[in-house]
Formats: sequence, C-alpha cells, structure tokens
Amino acid sequence: MLAILSFFVRRVSLSLVTLFLLSIMVFLGGQVLPGNVGRAILGPFADQRAVDALNHTLGVDRPLLTQYATWIWNFVRGDMGTSYIFRSPVAPFVIDALGNSMKLAAVAFVLVVPIGILGGVVAALNLNRPLDRIISLGGLSVTVLPEFVTGIILILIFGVWLRWLPISAAWPRDAGFFTQLYYLILPSLPLFLVLFGYIARMARSGMIEALDSDYTRTAVLKGLPWRTVIWRHVLRNALLPTITVIATQTGYLIGGLVVIETLFRYQGIGSLIFTAARGKDFPMLESGILTIGIVYAVATLAADFLYSVLNPRIRLGSDQ
Amino acid sequence: MSAIPTSSPTPDDTRQRGPLAEVLFSLLRSGTFLTGLVIVLFWVGCALFGEHFAPYDPLADDIINALAPPSAAHWFGTDQIGRDVFSRVIVGSRDILTVAPLATLLAAVAGTALGLITGYFRGIVDDVVSRILEAFMAIPVVIVALLAIVALGTSKTTVIVVIGLSFAPIIARTVRSAVLAERELDYVAAAQLRHESALHTMFVEILPNVIPPILVETTVRLGYAIFAVATLSFMGFGIQPPSPDWGLSISSNYGMIGGGFWWTVLFDALAIASLVIGVNLVADGVHGALND
Repeated sequence: MLAILSFFVRRVSLSLVTLFLLSIMVFLGGQVLPGNVGRAILGPFADQRAVDALNHTLGVDRPLLTQYATWIWNFVRGDMGTSYIFRSPVAPFVIDALGNSMKLAAVAFVLVVPIGILGGVVAALNLNRPLDRIISLGGLSVTVLPEFVTGIILILIFGVWLRWLPISAAWPRDAGFFTQLYYLILPSLPLFLVLFGYIARMARSGMIEALDSDYTRTAVLKGLPWRTVIWRHVLRNALLPTITVIATQTGYLIGGLVVIETLFRYQGIGSLIFTAARGKDFPMLESGILTIGIVYAVATLAADFLYSVLNPRIRLGSDQ
Repeated sequence: MSAIPTSSPTPDDTRQRGPLAEVLFSLLRSGTFLTGLVIVLFWVGCALFGEHFAPYDPLADDIINALAPPSAAHWFGTDQIGRDVFSRVIVGSRDILTVAPLATLLAAVAGTALGLITGYFRGIVDDVVSRILEAFMAIPVVIVALLAIVALGTSKTTVIVVIGLSFAPIIARTVRSAVLAERELDYVAAAQLRHESALHTMFVEILPNVIPPILVETTVRLGYAIFAVATLSFMGFGIQPPSPDWGLSISSNYGMIGGGFWWTVLFDALAIASLVIGVNLVADGVHGALND
C-alpha cells in the first residue's frame, strides 16, 4: 500500500514539475518574446502614450515575476485573462472549444481503440503471413502521414467524389446527437488513421511477446483450449503496454486536432489555438496551450495508474 | 555516409568485410531501404534540378486558364490563378527539402550533446535537464512551434530552429539511454583512469559507439520534420507565399474542393505522402541494417 502511495506521490509531483516548466515556456513565448504588446495591438503608427496606457491596462509593464505569478494564480482560479481580439474573458471560449474537441477526440478514440487492438491481435496471430504484412505496413504508412494530407485525400474520396459525408464539421444549429456524429465521422478518420498504426503496432508486439512466453506454453501444454489460452492468458498480458501508448497518444491527438479542426472548420481547442496564433491573441493562445498541457498530463497520469493497477510488478520497480 | 564504428573488425572474419561494408551490404539487400531511397532521390532530384525541367514557370500566373482540369498542356491542371500545378509540385520539393533536413541536423547535434551530457553525468544534471526535456515533449511539436513562431515571427530560419529544438529532446532521450549502457563498459573506465577530461570521454570515446542509434533516430526524425514543416506550411506558419510549396498550395486551394477542383490539392497531397513514406522506408531500412 505504501509502495502504491509513494508511486502516486512521485508521479503526481513529476507531472506538476512538467506543468510548471510548460507554464514558464508558455509565459516566455506568449508574454516575453513578442515584445511590446500594446504596440503590437495598436500598430506601428499609434501614439506612444496610447501604447503605454494600453500596456498599463493589460499589466504588461510590471516586473516579469509579478506578471508570471499573477497570470498563473489567475489561471489556477479559472481566470484565463481577457482576449485581445474579443475583449472578453478567455475562459468560456476555451471551455467551449475543449468540449467540442473532446467530442471529436471521443469519436476518433471510440473507433480506433477497439479496431487498432483488433488489428494488432489479428496481425500477431497471423505473424508474417500476408494479413500481418498488410496490417503492419498499411498501419505504418498511414501513421507517418500528416493529418491534413490524409484529411484532404479522405475529403476528396468521401466528400467530393462519393458525396457520402459532409466536407465540413460545422453541423447545422440544434443538430441532434446522430447528426453531430454524422458530421464528425470524416474529421475523425485522419486521427483514426494516425492512431491506428501506433495502437496496432503496440498490440501486435505485445501479443507476439505474450504468445512466445513460458506461461502461454504452459497453458497450451496443460491442455487448455486455444481460445481460452488467448482470452485468459495472452490478451491480458499483451494489452498492458497498449494502454500506455493509447494515453501517450492523447498529446499527439491534440496536436492533430489543430490541423484537423482547421481543415474541417470545427470550433475546437485546436482551431482556437490556430485562430489565436494567427491573430496574435496571446492570452487566448497561452490558455489554450496550457489547457492542452493539463489534459495531456492528466491523460498520462491516468494511463500510469491504470497500468500500475493492472500490473503490480511495476509498482515496486524503479521509475526507469 | 559517415563511418559506423562498432566493434573493431576481427582479423579472422572469413567474409573479409568491415562493419561499415556489412551495414552497406545489408542496406543494399533491403527492398524497403531501396524503395525508400528511390522515392527520396527522385524528390531530391526535383528539388535540385526541378526548375530546369518543369514545363512552366511555377510562379507564372495565367488567369484565362485558371482552374483548368488536367489536360495535355497542363498534366496536373492549373490552380486558381492559372499556375501550372505539375510545375509547382516538382519545384515544391525544394523548400521542404531544405528546411526539414536542416532542422533534423540541428536536432541531431543538439540532441546528441544533451544526451551525452545527461547520460554521462547522471545525478542532478540528468534530473534537471531530463525534467525540462520532458516538459518540452509534453506538448505536441506543432503547438510548440506555433507558439514560438508567433512570438518570433515567421521565417525559414525560425522554422528550422523551432523544429530542430523541439526534436532535440527526443534524440537526447535515445542518446541518453544508449550512453547509460555504454558508460558501464571497461573502455570508459579506462579513459577515466587515464584522467581523460569528461569532454574527451564523452565525445571521443563514447560518441563513436552510440552512432548507430543516433543515425536511426535521426532518419526517423527526418520523416517527422517533413511532417512538421508541411503541417506548419499548411497552417500558414511555415514556408511563405509565393514559394511553390505542397502544404501551402493545399492550404490556399482546399477551400474550393467542394466545387470539384480536386487537382489543385490531390497532387500536392500525394507528393507529401510519397516523400514522408519514402523517408520512413529509408529509416526502416537503416534500422534493420544496424540492428542485425
């Protein structure tokens, strides 16, 4: 029990350190590197006094440490600042966008987790046969492609030529659950393809290792039916590492969202970051990125705990 | 090609091939590697000489023939201001094949140095640097790049530096774990007993022995660098107009594909896809050859 607790404390503090460093990077990128914020907003011809006044209102003329402390304290309390462009609080935008992105990510995940695992398991059970080659090579090829490239090709096939699916994710107002789902299928496919390769590869190599193990041989030799061996002995051990991969992919999934949401004109956190970046709306940009960092940290933590609960062996081991 | 010093060749090697020749030999037998190499060399050829054999000037507009579908005169059709898509796809390889490899090179150099230092010194240096690197890796490269480029302004140099520095932690991690294993070996202890400086031990003694994993990781990173540069260009933060660039062309033309103008984006998309897959096939081949 103590071991679990110390593992828990160490993992959480590690995540906090990571988030702290991330916040410094975001702060530097969003508030220090860009230079004179007032000048950037008002343009090169604005009166110096107006620039100074705006800088004072925005609080960017205070010492860096004070600025950072205020910024992070406000963020923790849910005050993400005021958007330069919309002149209104950032938080509602971020929360809305995050909700939309979660919908898109959920569709992609619900599709890819079972299919990816199934693909990997089928490939491993057909090791080095054509089916394995197709799944492994196909998975690897689509995984390395940028999401906007697969996105464009899928839009052309399903949206333009076959006309099966809408080419934009912006559904009509008051659309019900199934209509929303219908609009989300095409945007989720590029994310599906990127993740499929990773998940299938991990599931495949986990399966191969488990199939090759002593306990599998024992199970076979003591006369258990093959089906029981696979379900009760192989799969349980094989899918552990896959869980970790699935959680680590959250970060990449979010990176992919920036592109996919831009491509499909979907109001998620990715397109929020993109729009903020284009408009140099730094409070919006910083909050969006920090939110993504938190989502990523939470997902990684969750994966670590799930993994350690399912596999008691690593709880007691070192962190290396 | 850089030399691949592994263990010194034994004199009784019946095949009389050094380790480098061994690796080259297995590379040349690898269908994956050769297929990838052909694709990559094709695009490198286009990047170097494309301007000379492209049928049209990739920048010349021709409004009267705008959005013409593929024909004998324009094999891949024309875009919204009448520029020849075929010529733009060929010349479009130039910028991405300059920016991505330079970014990868920067990542390899910075990552190797960081990996050697953290792996060799361990302890507090390792802890501090590793945490910082982890924080870097906790957000997707595209987003780090977006933040940095918005803060610093868009230019090819910014893109190279930002992608290079974002990839450095990943290479550092690979190098670090290789160095951790290497530094327990006798030759490192021998160097330390000779009172060689830490710098000498890291860069002269250990570095040559961790080249294979660095090489593999660097080739894999090149694939991702192309991925990242193309994505940034697509979002308007990478290569800037009017340069012919695949990602940029897609971003300026995809708004019209609802109208059926598929040729303005399809060929650019296929070009990116083939280059990324080609580089990954090469990486796969190198990985296989070095791990035999």
